[in-house]
Amino acid sequence: MQEETRKKPELVCPAGTPAAFRTAVDAGADDVYCGFQNATNARNFPGLNFMLDELEEAIDYAHRHGTKVLLALNTFPPAGQTQLWKQAAADGARLGVDAFIVADIGVARHITEKHPGQRLHLSVQAGAPSVEAIKFYCEEFGVKRVVLPRILTVPEIKSLKSEIPCEIETFIFGNHGLMAEGRCSLTNYATGYSTNMDGVCSPAGDVEYKEDEDGNVRSRLADFTIDCFGCGQNAGYPTICKGRYHAPHRDDAYYAFEEPVSLNLAGLLPDLIEAGVDAFKIEGRQRSRAYVRAVVEAWRKAIDDVVEGKPPEIADLLAFTEGQKQTQGAFQSKKWR
Amino acid sequence: MAARDLARFKDVPKHLLRPVPAWVYTPFLQRAAGHIARKHPRLFRRLGPHSHKNFLIQFTNLPFVLLLQPHPGHVRIEVFRDARHVEYDAKISGSFLDMLRLLDGRMDGDAIFFSRALRVEGDTEAVVSLRNALDDVEGSIAGDVADLFGAPGRAGLSFLRRIEA
Amino acid sequence: MDAQLTLGPVLFNWDPEKWRDFYFRIADEAPIDTVYVGEVVCSKRAPLFEPFIAETIERLAKGGKKVVFSTLAEVMLPRERKMTEDLCAADEYMVEANDASALYRLRGKPHCVGPFVNAYNEETLAVLAELGAKHFTLPPELPGEAIPAMAVAAKRNKVSLEVQVYGRLPLAISARCYHARAHGKMKDNCQYVCGEDADGMPLKTIDGQDFLVVNGVQTLSHLCLCLMGELGVMRKAGITAFRLSPHSHDMVGVAHLFRDVLDGKAEAAQATRKLEKMRPDMPLANGFFYRKPGHMWITGDTAQAA
Repeated sequence: MQEETRKKPELVCPAGTPAAFRTAVDAGADDVYCGFQNATNARNFPGLNFMLDELEEAIDYAHRHGTKVLLALNTFPPAGQTQLWKQAAADGARLGVDAFIVADIGVARHITEKHPGQRLHLSVQAGAPSVEAIKFYCEEFGVKRVVLPRILTVPEIKSLKSEIPCEIETFIFGNHGLMAEGRCSLTNYATGYSTNMDGVCSPAGDVEYKEDEDGNVRSRLADFTIDCFGCGQNAGYPTICKGRYHAPHRDDAYYAFEEPVSLNLAGLLPDLIEAGVDAFKIEGRQRSRAYVRAVVEAWRKAIDDVVEGKPPEIADLLAFTEGQKQTQGAFQSKKWR
Repeated sequence: MAARDLARFKDVPKHLLRPVPAWVYTPFLQRAAGHIARKHPRLFRRLGPHSHKNFLIQFTNLPFVLLLQPHPGHVRIEVFRDARHVEYDAKISGSFLDMLRLLDGRMDGDAIFFSRALRVEGDTEAVVSLRNALDDVEGSIAGDVADLFGAPGRAGLSFLRRIEA
Repeated sequence: MDAQLTLGPVLFNWDPEKWRDFYFRIADEAPIDTVYVGEVVCSKRAPLFEPFIAETIERLAKGGKKVVFSTLAEVMLPRERKMTEDLCAADEYMVEANDASALYRLRGKPHCVGPFVNAYNEETLAVLAELGAKHFTLPPELPGEAIPAMAVAAKRNKVSLEVQVYGRLPLAISARCYHARAHGKMKDNCQYVCGEDADGMPLKTIDGQDFLVVNGVQTLSHLCLCLMGELGVMRKAGITAFRLSPHSHDMVGVAHLFRDVLDGKAEAAQATRKLEKMRPDMPLANGFFYRKPGHMWITGDTAQAA
């Protein structure tokens, strides 16, 4: 692709509430993604997401500011219960969302048939990291953009870009999932709520923090202790893949999957743009508007800087990261694997 | 972050508030809560089933606790000397200034939780729900409350906000 | 149609000879109709048992077993794409697709859809059936209450349905190898440490509670799925094949227990007690079937009510 014809990459920002939505638009988001207050999206958390009237107002606000609205419809309806997803698709189409972010094959087919012409993005929850997997969704459902799983290195993304017929969106900041998205039943195993079917991961209703006399806090998910934090140590949310466990030949409990860290690809931004990434996604629909404001503003500036040929300056976002630690995850090197 | 600053200023509000008995605040808070409820009806819709829960708010550096019952139509806030005889579904503890920042939408709940400045016990889902509902209130709840008391209110809030700056 | 008993692919990294001997014994002794063979978890392991595949297949066929080849659950690297392409290209056997890249390669020819493909509902089933799928193994977390609707769609689309009824539950897959991580190594220099744990490496919580097991890039339940008591309900709903997921203990014995219950020669409760005794270190669970936490074991009245 010719350097000069390349489009400026879009900044895709999260919104869990109408206030966060307007904050993201004001802070310079090109696209804002959000979902309904039910199981049709992968951040079905208490007190979060949009009712119909709220989405209508949000779309109006976004469109008046030249921002696009992406509706996350990215969970997997269990057989016999697909009506909720169909209703969400009909509502989204009627209110004029700019694209649907889908993961389920049946949902994708339904939208192409019942709402032809609607733009489809393939959610990270579909877990499509290979040329063939992506082509499957492009050729069968006309998917226009794929959100890549967070497991590829920059050179791998670059090579992928040259072989697929759609846009690429990658995560640049936020919670760093360890398991292949859309293929994790750990939460369901512990709590009975499914990430794929209910849109939850470590649901708050099953989360408990227990503090002992010495000030140690045990974080628990349903019947299982996920981690323990000593005084002064940073706490983490009890996500199973970020917990500490005992294994036979380890003397102490260790982070068997990953430490509580967040993804921050600030250092790789120029390389990712060079690799041909079309859109950068900030994770965090469950986070506050203070997070949205700070993070979106910082990345807006960084992307603008790189596009103008300036070295990007990223504001210090460490305070917003889990465990107040950050990583470049799989993106920088295969050693992560 | 402001841990250093907090250490430096943590006694200021305590010093200001200590001489007054707890019950004095209840009518003031009750009035403020009613005002917020009327101004932001969507807050309760967002709370959903959790609007019938009781939230205990404990300021780590103040000599009283608050009991918040965000029931639609009749929000109650009561002040107690301590938490010993108060029944609650969820308890949130943190410094007065961190709570103010949260209410102001100037600080991220997850971020201060990760730093352990904010602690949650009991019904975590209710707390998450309350956090999300409050976060959707645009402008500043603290500002709304201060406005209730006119110029002195605004001056007081402005003073408190300067502490952390 | 008679209820079929199937054997899922070996998920763990067993010595190639042990792997071969396991299948030989299945071929000769197990009352199993279909055997799924192939590396599903880690592409690095596939070459290890490749030399034994031909004789294994032959023996299974001689034992009257239908053989289906399973593809990798996660396909990303060039060698993984190549493996999947090669497997899907052959015409002499059925292939079970476990990711979208295999679905892409198998379009237009008869194939199976494996439990690692997210076929959660009747619309997804219909799309995949249109593309050539003939048989589906449902995702392990899909609850029993979804089966009737799936069965109606299966009938309409002329495909058959299978459910895993025994073995540790596959819960997650990742690009990172947690076996290597536990041994302070990385995936690229893992030295196949996963070979040390025939049924996975146990992870206990910091309180010492059994929780999960790690199998290379895969995470499974510590508990062992058992849907012996649910076989009748599932058959009535339209499930025609029941999958046992291999472990290092006596799988021929496990197969006989399930076969006897399917044939009405044994009581489910009694057979379940025998299963429990076989592996006291792997207690049974069936929560997913009842839309409850997967680690739960639901029996009697509770199961009736659900």
